[in-house]
Amino acid sequence: MVEKNRALDAAKFVFAIAVAVGVLAPFAWMFVTSVGSARDLAAAPPRLAPSEWNLDRYRAIFTSASKTDVAYAFRVAMGNSLVVAGAVTLAALVAGGLAAYSFARLEFRGRRPLLLFMLFTYMAPPVVFVIPLYALFEKLGWLNSRAALVLLYSSFVIPFIVWVMRGFFASISRSYEDAAAMDGCTRLQALWHVFLPMARPGFVATGILAFLMSWDEFFMALVFTSNLKAKTISVAIAEFNGKFSIDYGMISAGGVLASLPPVIIALAFQKYIVMGMTSGGVKE
Amino acid sequence: MTNFGRILATAAASLAIAAAGAGAVEINALFMKQAGYSEADVTAMTEEYAKANPGVKVNLTFVAYEELEPKILAAAASGGYDVVLGDCVWPPKFSKAGIVLDVTDRLKAVDVKDIFKGALDSVSYNGRYYGMPWLNDCKYLFYNKRMLKEAGFANPPATWEELAAQAKAIKAKGLVKYPLAWSWAQAECLVCDYTAISEGFGGGMVGADGAPALAAPANVKALEFMVQSLADGLTNPNSTEMIEDNVLQTFVAGNAAFALNWTYMYAGAKDPAQSRIAADVGIAPIPGSASRKSATVNGGMPLMITKGSKNPDEAWKYILYLSSKPVQKKYAANALPIWKSLFDDPAVAATNPEVVAVSKIQYDYIRNRPQVPYYGELSTELQARIQQALLRKTTPKAALEAVQSVALKLAAKK
Amino acid sequence: MQRRNSEGAFALAISSPALLIVFGVVLFPLATTLAYSFMNMELISADRGSFAGLRNYAEVLGSEAFWAALGRTAWFTAASTLLETVLGLFIALLLNETFFGVRFLRTIVLIPWAIPTIVNGSLWKWIYNGEYGVMNAIMLKLGLIAEYRSWLSDPFAAMNLVVIADAWKMTPLAAIFFLAALQSVNKATYEAAVVDGAGATRRFFSLTLPYLAPTILIVLLMRTVEKFKAFDIFYMITKGGPANGTKVLMYETYLSAFTNLQYSKAATYSYLFVIIIAGLTALYVRALDKSEAGNG
Repeated sequence: MVEKNRALDAAKFVFAIAVAVGVLAPFAWMFVTSVGSARDLAAAPPRLAPSEWNLDRYRAIFTSASKTDVAYAFRVAMGNSLVVAGAVTLAALVAGGLAAYSFARLEFRGRRPLLLFMLFTYMAPPVVFVIPLYALFEKLGWLNSRAALVLLYSSFVIPFIVWVMRGFFASISRSYEDAAAMDGCTRLQALWHVFLPMARPGFVATGILAFLMSWDEFFMALVFTSNLKAKTISVAIAEFNGKFSIDYGMISAGGVLASLPPVIIALAFQKYIVMGMTSGGVKE
Repeated sequence: MTNFGRILATAAASLAIAAAGAGAVEINALFMKQAGYSEADVTAMTEEYAKANPGVKVNLTFVAYEELEPKILAAAASGGYDVVLGDCVWPPKFSKAGIVLDVTDRLKAVDVKDIFKGALDSVSYNGRYYGMPWLNDCKYLFYNKRMLKEAGFANPPATWEELAAQAKAIKAKGLVKYPLAWSWAQAECLVCDYTAISEGFGGGMVGADGAPALAAPANVKALEFMVQSLADGLTNPNSTEMIEDNVLQTFVAGNAAFALNWTYMYAGAKDPAQSRIAADVGIAPIPGSASRKSATVNGGMPLMITKGSKNPDEAWKYILYLSSKPVQKKYAANALPIWKSLFDDPAVAATNPEVVAVSKIQYDYIRNRPQVPYYGELSTELQARIQQALLRKTTPKAALEAVQSVALKLAAKK
Repeated sequence: MQRRNSEGAFALAISSPALLIVFGVVLFPLATTLAYSFMNMELISADRGSFAGLRNYAEVLGSEAFWAALGRTAWFTAASTLLETVLGLFIALLLNETFFGVRFLRTIVLIPWAIPTIVNGSLWKWIYNGEYGVMNAIMLKLGLIAEYRSWLSDPFAAMNLVVIADAWKMTPLAAIFFLAALQSVNKATYEAAVVDGAGATRRFFSLTLPYLAPTILIVLLMRTVEKFKAFDIFYMITKGGPANGTKVLMYETYLSAFTNLQYSKAATYSYLFVIIIAGLTALYVRALDKSEAGNG
């Protein structure tokens, strides 16, 4: 009996190491590529640890001043992504949070069909919406605008939030709100003073997921933006690949930088993400 | 002025362009980021134009080649862009779709006799013109002089058979593992290469009557040549993944003896900072066969005005400026002019003597990819089938016959 | 009664911003695209704008390209979803244990998921590179291949390599779903089973798996729908090639619209897509309902 356990433990540990390597290695390789010298990169087989560390590429991205330089465009795109993701997060928290609350805890006519429509909106691929919307936005002069991107992204982030946060919101005990109602609170007051504090983890999760989804989006940004006024980081990375098609070091540097915000957020707020995605399945 | 100084000046100028002219006529222009004239070149040209035309403000956008078409399509109806740079295969497609303006009458004021025929043909459809040739480009044969010499060849090959023979000898001597590198990825570059090769064999994708002729014997022979070069180990097997930049990379690393590529590869290959073989770069016209001395593919890019543009006259003025002889002469280092007379100009020849000398020969053999409105779908189909043949999933004959039947269906559609 | 009505009004009031945004943005294009699919909207056609009835649908459903793309999409979906689910399950089981470093593992496991899809595509394209890629280097060192190969040049290999790239990014998601479910399990049942003499494998198959069944189903369905939509990663790594080997439904649709100028064809593809998604979504919702009823 003891023997079997030890074998299992050993297997577990080996598997754990394998998982750790599998999770970290590719990203680490991208980082190594970004700091390696051109000579190291062209070597086949490549050197797994660079002979000389070289932060020049990062320096180029952070300091290039020329407006036509791709590195400069990269910086601006990063800023755009931050702004857009931030605004979408706000919209998701307010509009999406409120909607999730009402879909999860309130009764109203048409709730089920509306909910299904929300899910459907999230599931439909962007290509269904893009061409008519592009023509419309162009007439309205809404192209190359971060505000337009925020609107577009919100239209699929909010359904996702509503759908995903439903479970969590529904699972929060109603007793406090009922007590507040008996004390004469209006619905709005009950929501703000009683529900919100209890559901705060859910809202944090909502915000984080909204930010990550927004940061990740590519197709709509590709079609609806073309200049630095609104171009996001995903589009910039794709262009980076086109422009530096054979400078893998530069592409990797761009990739590392573009991944830093979402990775840092994921590491710092991991608990909330897990809770958010699994709709509070941890609650008893 | 140093490169850095130039970039700074360009940046400052762009700011100036942006700052000036509030309430002026605004033109939006869409250009490409890679190859041909650099972003700095185009920005400089625009700045000069703005200085000479104070009432006009030009907003420039640069995108990667793959994004050019989607952007033009999406912006066409409402004139989001006034001036757009297009690939030479788009005018028929765009004109039939009503996306770009007919500029036949405007061109009457231009000295079209001095423009290379291939370039002018590429902007025409059904006898009307839909753009102004601007970026003049075609593919050349690049070769490694040292490898040829060491294998005992004094001159680059004149026919495809000769090329294969020279490549075999170079490989046998162990000078390089895969002497040939091509841009045969499933993308437009594959059709470009195929056009050059098939035309060189005396074929052509569209017959004299304008009807598709993809399965003609010469075309099949060309594809068989390509497949055979892979089978014989002459062609780098990575070629089916490579685009032009990868070909450049392979060539300058000294890993290829021959390569087809656009003009821009010359500068890159001769630059000792990026290239290991800077001293050994040779450029020559693309080989042909008994039927045709040489053939290359037109990679030029015209400037067009969108249907929805609100300032077509101003847009045309801008286009005329960009394509004018003085401007083309000044920036001849990155892209050769569209004007025949400029090639005899010593100043132009001085910017790039070797390329200019070869281009004078090569330009007589520029061939266009099919100038048909259904080119988009045809190219997609062709890319897929040629790759299937290259990857030995089907025979060259079967592949081309499949494309031919698709082409006939497309041609029959109204 | 009064309260119920005002509850309905309140609910609609506070959800109105969300509903406005979603409906406002989505309804118009949905309707327009549907209309396009019944018309001739090929930009290069002289008949542009005419009514076409069901002809577009007939053409698409009769075209080899559509079914081939559907097949590839199905393969991609099945292979990557299966990979993610199985791997995710085992990783979740691992993370549910206690051993030195499990906390660390639980934290870092989300990293692949956080990396943007475009960066992920770019990263794996570099790893698979035929001339300088590290995958070639490792396989060479391990003696699996005699020389570097251009993996992305073979249609079937390219598809499976994209499967791996996408699965790498998304497996953490499956893992955390399963982990959350595992962590809410009733430990008492397990302890009883151990006392009864059930070994680890027996416990897994008789207790864990049935318990996780609803979660597995949900993960499978959710991932399936997402995979059908996949576009970004194909755009970055293979652009539909080689020899159409990775031309999935979304990519075919994209090409129809933006290269072939066939808006009606793209619209038809989109709506066929929507029908498939709607079907899968219905299955997903039914499974969810069942599981919610089951778990109370």
